[in-house]
Amino acid sequence: MSAIEILGLEKTYSVGFWRKRPKRALHPLHFTVEEGEIFGFLGPNGAGKTTTLKLLMGLVFPTSGSARILGREWTDPSVKAQIGFLPEQPYFYDYLTAHELLEYYGQLSGVPAKQRKIRIDQVLQQVGLPDVQGLQLRKFSKGMLQRVGIGQAILHDPKLVFLDEPMSGLDPMGRREVRDLMEELKHEGKTVFFSTHILSDAEALCDRVAIIHKGELRGVGAVEDLTSSVQGKVEVIWQGAQVPAAIKALGAECHVTGDRVRVIIDENRQDAVIDILRRERQRLIAVIPVRTSLEAYFVEKLRRAETTAGSTA
Amino acid sequence: MRARIVHIASNTFREAVRDRVLYNLIAFVLLLSGAAILVGQISIEIEKLVVINLGLTAVSLFGVVIAIFIGIGLVSKEIEKRTLYTVLSRPVRRWEFIIGKFFGLAGTLVVNTFFMGIGVFAALFYVSHPFVRADALILVALYFIVLEFLIICSVALLFSSFSSPLLSAVFSFSLFVIGSFAEDLRNFARMAHGISRWLATGAAYLVPNFSAFNVISSIAHEQPVAGQLILQNTLYALFYAIMAMSGAVLIFERRDLK
Repeated sequence: MSAIEILGLEKTYSVGFWRKRPKRALHPLHFTVEEGEIFGFLGPNGAGKTTTLKLLMGLVFPTSGSARILGREWTDPSVKAQIGFLPEQPYFYDYLTAHELLEYYGQLSGVPAKQRKIRIDQVLQQVGLPDVQGLQLRKFSKGMLQRVGIGQAILHDPKLVFLDEPMSGLDPMGRREVRDLMEELKHEGKTVFFSTHILSDAEALCDRVAIIHKGELRGVGAVEDLTSSVQGKVEVIWQGAQVPAAIKALGAECHVTGDRVRVIIDENRQDAVIDILRRERQRLIAVIPVRTSLEAYFVEKLRRAETTAGSTA
Repeated sequence: MRARIVHIASNTFREAVRDRVLYNLIAFVLLLSGAAILVGQISIEIEKLVVINLGLTAVSLFGVVIAIFIGIGLVSKEIEKRTLYTVLSRPVRRWEFIIGKFFGLAGTLVVNTFFMGIGVFAALFYVSHPFVRADALILVALYFIVLEFLIICSVALLFSSFSSPLLSAVFSFSLFVIGSFAEDLRNFARMAHGISRWLATGAAYLVPNFSAFNVISSIAHEQPVAGQLILQNTLYALFYAIMAMSGAVLIFERRDLK
């Protein structure tokens, strides 16, 4: 069973005050997310990521299409007991303490009182906020609020967690912690669906990704598949301060950083470079096939989309 | 279902308390103590009349202001601050949210009125003691004021479910003012002719008839209130509040939370 099946969800808003005109925020969307995977929903700002999440959460209504979550209709109220959601840049009732907020959300999710107490302590520990649980949220920093947000999303032990830009506004340490937490959720067998425009996060975390641009799906696939298109080049790294003239003569692209030299060369010249390094008694560190990064794939997809749009116009 | 409504209501009440809404009681107590001392010195024989009139009018006005200004933000503030997203992504239905919010605000106003009622009785005791049997009628006036608040809460919530806080405040306050003159509007409708008669009659029955709830003056003169009026006002307030709440739910159930 798929965790999420999106079956042509589409959203068109009416904009304007007097003369309403349609504005399509999301073209019919089709893709599935499998159980137990971390799925990245990628796209630049304004691409339609948040609209998709709002549709799945029932916060906005689709113009057409439907979806299934955990095997049931996405509008089925019982589905919501098994999902957690962190909105983008969350803002919570700031007159509550972290403990009170989690207590409130636990009540709304129907977590029994006894279990609630245990879960709140566990979750506060998990998101690294056990010491400030008595502090009102109005005194929390942005990063702390994001942690509370993640806490409320996982409090009721959901099977599926939706996170909208979970790393946005976090410092490098905060981002690292959120990444660790997402991996932890995966190890617990949960499915994580998260939207982001930070591609390095997606590349490091996701099993599969979908790319959306201007409300249209541009590609879906496993990160490895999208990034494994070897370009017929290898990267050779060794310890040293300069590039031997013989290697330069092979037409290598050379970079020297500190005591490390990195050259990118055609695959069929790899042995020649290694022979030169042996002769020169250099210490070889690595030989790595060059892969397309997710960023390169992403940029290429968007560029192609722009070109198509331009030629159609 | 019931538990979720109770949790939303108690959180709304807690918000009002923590946002220091009940601090209005301090202003109320200061106003009433000042008035009691002043009328005790300058009016002869009518101290009681003045304190009851002033006290109950202040209870009503303080409550109306709170009902409108909290009521108009109940839904729109939650959308604007996106706190609603994390509530509605749980097994909470939209109508449960609206009903919970209504009860939370109504609860705040009942508690507020309870303390202000104590203030009225204390001021009354200061200018005229001991209490007499007719003073119990003040409780009826306070009950009518609470019924009035229920209507205002529901109306503010209705406006809040589709318009901005500023417009909601304007609509709710206008409705309160027009509703306070509902009897005059009905009299005007009786005298008018043609289309204006139809329009005035429609408006007179559409706006809440707050004049029926205003028994402050007759109670100050120790005139009894008919049991039938109590029943009639109770049913009217419940009917009006249920209608306004149904409207709020219908609108909110279909609204996109952008």
